[in-house]
Amino acid sequence: MKFETPATTNPIDQLKHIGKPTPRIDGPQKTTGTAPYAYERHDRAPDAAYGYVVGATIAKGRITGIDASRARAAPGVLAVVTAQNAGKLGKGEKNTARLLAGPEVEHYHQAVAVVVAETFEQARAAAGLLRVDYAPAKGAFDLAAAKGSAESPKDPPDSHVGDFDKAFATAPVKLDATYTTPDQSHAMMEPHASTAAWEDGAVTIWTANQMIDWGRSDMAATLGIPKAKVRLVSPFIGGGFGGKLFLRADALLAALGAKAAGRPVKVALTRPMMFNNTTHRPATIQRIRIGATRDGKITAIGHETWSGDLPGGGAETAAEQTKLLYAGANRLTATKLAVLDLPEGNAMRAPGEAPGLMALEIAIDEMAEKLGLDPIEFRIRNDTQVDPAKPERPFSQRQLVECLRQGADRFGWKDRNATPGRRREGRWLVGMGVAAAFRNNLTMKSGARMRLQPDGLVVVETDMTDIGTGSYTIIAQTAAETLGVPLKQVVVRLGDSSFPVSAGSGGQWGGNSSTAGVYAACMKLREVAAGKLGLDPQKAEFVDGRVRVGNDSRPLIEAARDGELVAEDFIEFGDLAKKYQQSTFGGHFVEVGVDAWTAEVRVRRMLAVCAAGRILNPTSARSQVIGAMTMGTGAALMEELVVDKRRGFFANHDLAGYEVPVHADIPHQEVVFLDEVDPVSSPMKAKGVGELGICGVGAAVANAVYNATGVRVRDYPITLDKLLDGMPAVA
Amino acid sequence: MRTFTYERAKSPAEAAAAVARNPGARFIAGGTNLLDLMKLEIETPAHLVDVNRLELDRIEATKDGGLRIGALVRNTDLAADKRVRKDYGVLSRALLAGASGQLRNKATTAGNLLQRTRCPYFYDTAQPCNKRTPGSGCSAIGGFSRPLAVIGSSDQCIATHPSDMAVAMRVLDAVVETVRPNGETRAIPIADFHRLPEKTPAVETVLAPGELITAVTLPAPVGGKQVYRKVRDRASYAFALVSVAAVVQPDGGGRAAFGGVAHRPWRVEAAEAAMPRGAKAVTDQVFAGARPTEQNAFKLVLAERTLGSVLAEARG
Amino acid sequence: MQQVPEFDMSRRDILIVGAVSAAGAAAPGLASGQETVAAPVVGKVILTINGTARALEVDLRATLLDVLRETLKLTGTKKGCDHGQCGACTVIVEGRRINSCLTLAVMHDGDKVTTIEGLGTPGDLHPMQAAFVKHDGYQCGYCTPGQICSAVAVLEEIKAGVPSHVTADLNGRPKVTPDELRERMSGNICRCGAYSNIVEAIGEVAGVKA
Repeated sequence: MKFETPATTNPIDQLKHIGKPTPRIDGPQKTTGTAPYAYERHDRAPDAAYGYVVGATIAKGRITGIDASRARAAPGVLAVVTAQNAGKLGKGEKNTARLLAGPEVEHYHQAVAVVVAETFEQARAAAGLLRVDYAPAKGAFDLAAAKGSAESPKDPPDSHVGDFDKAFATAPVKLDATYTTPDQSHAMMEPHASTAAWEDGAVTIWTANQMIDWGRSDMAATLGIPKAKVRLVSPFIGGGFGGKLFLRADALLAALGAKAAGRPVKVALTRPMMFNNTTHRPATIQRIRIGATRDGKITAIGHETWSGDLPGGGAETAAEQTKLLYAGANRLTATKLAVLDLPEGNAMRAPGEAPGLMALEIAIDEMAEKLGLDPIEFRIRNDTQVDPAKPERPFSQRQLVECLRQGADRFGWKDRNATPGRRREGRWLVGMGVAAAFRNNLTMKSGARMRLQPDGLVVVETDMTDIGTGSYTIIAQTAAETLGVPLKQVVVRLGDSSFPVSAGSGGQWGGNSSTAGVYAACMKLREVAAGKLGLDPQKAEFVDGRVRVGNDSRPLIEAARDGELVAEDFIEFGDLAKKYQQSTFGGHFVEVGVDAWTAEVRVRRMLAVCAAGRILNPTSARSQVIGAMTMGTGAALMEELVVDKRRGFFANHDLAGYEVPVHADIPHQEVVFLDEVDPVSSPMKAKGVGELGICGVGAAVANAVYNATGVRVRDYPITLDKLLDGMPAVA
Repeated sequence: MRTFTYERAKSPAEAAAAVARNPGARFIAGGTNLLDLMKLEIETPAHLVDVNRLELDRIEATKDGGLRIGALVRNTDLAADKRVRKDYGVLSRALLAGASGQLRNKATTAGNLLQRTRCPYFYDTAQPCNKRTPGSGCSAIGGFSRPLAVIGSSDQCIATHPSDMAVAMRVLDAVVETVRPNGETRAIPIADFHRLPEKTPAVETVLAPGELITAVTLPAPVGGKQVYRKVRDRASYAFALVSVAAVVQPDGGGRAAFGGVAHRPWRVEAAEAAMPRGAKAVTDQVFAGARPTEQNAFKLVLAERTLGSVLAEARG
Repeated sequence: MQQVPEFDMSRRDILIVGAVSAAGAAAPGLASGQETVAAPVVGKVILTINGTARALEVDLRATLLDVLRETLKLTGTKKGCDHGQCGACTVIVEGRRINSCLTLAVMHDGDKVTTIEGLGTPGDLHPMQAAFVKHDGYQCGYCTPGQICSAVAVLEEIKAGVPSHVTADLNGRPKVTPDELRERMSGNICRCGAYSNIVEAIGEVAGVKA
């Protein structure tokens, strides 16, 4: 199915299942521990041996020697695989650094070996016996120091509209401030893990991967075998957030280890290795300049961002949202990329917008204060319903102003004291902050296969993944809605590369795109089923388990009486995204308490009002938003991979050192979805919502801290040491 | 984790003898720190003596009106003990501020005292660390030092002791009771129990090889308002940046010990006379001679402000 | 390669996972010439897991967590960090919740262990499991068994009068409040950020509004 013109009325609009709060269909498995994750496939690979990964202990240089003799001789050891004996390996298209080092080492804890043994204990002990010698080389590890050498990457291009320099120079009110965000880690709860088994030259990998087809392609490319010889299976994924978008070392080393050992092998990265072995969200330095008239109209807005990555890597695109979020005739965005020899930087939940809005939405708060305007009013005055660079290109939907207004009412924004540091409750200084949420809506081609079984069950097969997002459930809702069957009659099979290729889970495109693909396949199945029943597919209605044309009504199950019906299709998106800017919006409201003595920041209240197209399942959509708000709170207050700039690695590489929010950090969270359908986005009229919640929330926390204390911190995370010197007198 | 042999000890003296007999042997009780370190091969004991079944899990009154806490009393049980809650509130509070419910259910009184530092370089066996590998150097000096010591450190080591419980015990003048492999017992004031790093940061306590902690005794209750204030980046399940254990008497006098600042709980009794004059008067003396790094100098300000907060709370 | 569906997810009654024949799984082992050169040091224990006594010979180095997951194939208990820093491995031993990653199996001879599998099954959920489903107190599901085991134990701890860091009156009886639940559950990290819903789920089981 090609989606080239805005959707008109279609079966999804019945809203019998879609749009209803629906408990996850995978809930009983997840809550009883019976959902199988990648390392738990005793059912599929009962005799799997255990692989333990050894990481490089230098950041850059060469391996000069590996002595595996003691490891090989250790009890239970079946194989030791290193670059010396792994055979020729390619590199996946999506990987920047190679997944197995040797002889070059590109970053700290880059895998240098996998030790395979009969038991986990034996593999771990033997790994400790491996001796690796290195010749370290000098590397670049300090973004601030490398900033001057940064260059413009291929993507994204810089943008210029009007005459920014002149408009900024002549603006009566202006802000020129620099903000920094640190390296951050996905820190998903399930470590990267895979179980691999070979049979007749083909490998099956039960793994934890958000994008099955990317992983399959890159596994084939890395092993140098045809894609048809690789099968990836990921029915459950214990969190990803972008960290499991790509083929990673666990999967490759499981495959190599299984080949060497001649039997299935499973590999999980240890937690202390994850932070430097895998990808992370790169640190940024961002300069924001805003010029405005005295009545608060932006005349110039400029956003420049610097980040670093390994040679051949990409930039953190933190300036992109500034092209679209606010009006203003004169505009500038620029992205610069430096070479750093830290571990590979890559996507983490809302790449670009998450760190970009952490900076931009503080700048907007600062500018509002300079103008003497309420920060909500300042945002409203600079709303735009069109792409500011191409006024002929409207937003398909844009309810940012409504999000902010409704949020202000619900949150009690009018009670905020605009003068910072004035509200004290016991030992707490209390402040409120607001920020806009903005995340583009991306669409991706997505396929599915439908089976109508003789027993009446409808089976959906697609390589789409559910990383906690609720894919199983919204896909079941989509099939039930389109085919007019009860939800319980739908069986969903996900995450298997033997199923049609889907959008996968990333960039908040998965929910809308994958359900649109399932919708397309369901429409194909309707055609086949109606044809089988001798009914006109164009006129047929599928309701209550029946297919009806006028007075002729037949049970759907009859269509499969002679055998299972199978239909496959995909959704493919035309150029509507060129004609319309598709984005999702929200308003974040946060109240914090800051301890007047110690400057500890604790979040007291949180509200997000979101406009993100049709909400397919308000239950799981809400969860997506609160989860992103939680991660954004971590980004604001505690998360930082600390770079040891001498040795070139993230020093706090475990979950005690890299703090993420715990229960006690997060208050009750409120989420409101505005009524919205977006016919431009897909037949589902939905948009992404999985990343919107993290966009802007960090700045809302930062602005609340400022409102509480009067201390403006432009260097995340906002830890107490950055506040102490400026705190108001306690008494 | 390397292979080891294992035995269950039947009496404290036997346990001590077993460890003394086996080079590289360690006691294991809760295991929450030792196993963590064994997995990383930071600890590589050849033999483990499991002391969990020794009858050292009781809290009893002493004849001078204090409490004798068995070495194996779990952190949860010590914090929840009615006598501790009533008369040694600062100890309950310190325990409850530490770790998580799950860890407190396993961690023992003695094990808590013997916790090793959480310095990130100690935890990364690829990095030099004088505490882990004597003579290899200190990576933390000049590196990531924000969580580390500001006082009592040396050119060899700037690690901190991570315990909350020990800070409260320090302010309560607890005494550590031990048995040695030859059966002798001794009582070590907690002030003398933990060492400063000096030139041998790997040696963290005054315990001799094989010496087993059997109990910690608390003197008779000292009364006063007892407060434990732990300051950290996240609200729970995190180590202290700075903590203060304080006993404040109605007359404004009292005692205070600091956590998160040194290689051992940090208390300067001579400074406590200044308490009626406020926090700064105390911390100026407590932290005289401090040697913070650029990254952790804030702890000096924070310690003063935290004590200020504690005094304000105590004086209500 | 044979194409066998890996996992069916449906709202209808729970499918039996693993009833499907193994696809592309094990090639016969080729390791016969590579037998272990020295046996690991082992110890014997009897563990009562979810009501069933199991006599086991375990590698001394094996944690309770790895014995549950790898030897007994009770994979509901999760390994998130293996260092006591996340809580995904929480199980209830002798009535107390602990991190099963930081304890050796051999230290638990004679102990009673309750894992997530012992609380309820997909067709017969424990009230805490049902409340998590109702309140969407999970997303990816990986920390969930640990959260649920912890939550069940937390309510018992409050009932038993164990105070917490946020209990205002150290000498009074602790109550089930949202703040108490948040503090006591803080040893269970959920990176998906389901905390707000988890507290509501526990509150419902405890009979209070979170």
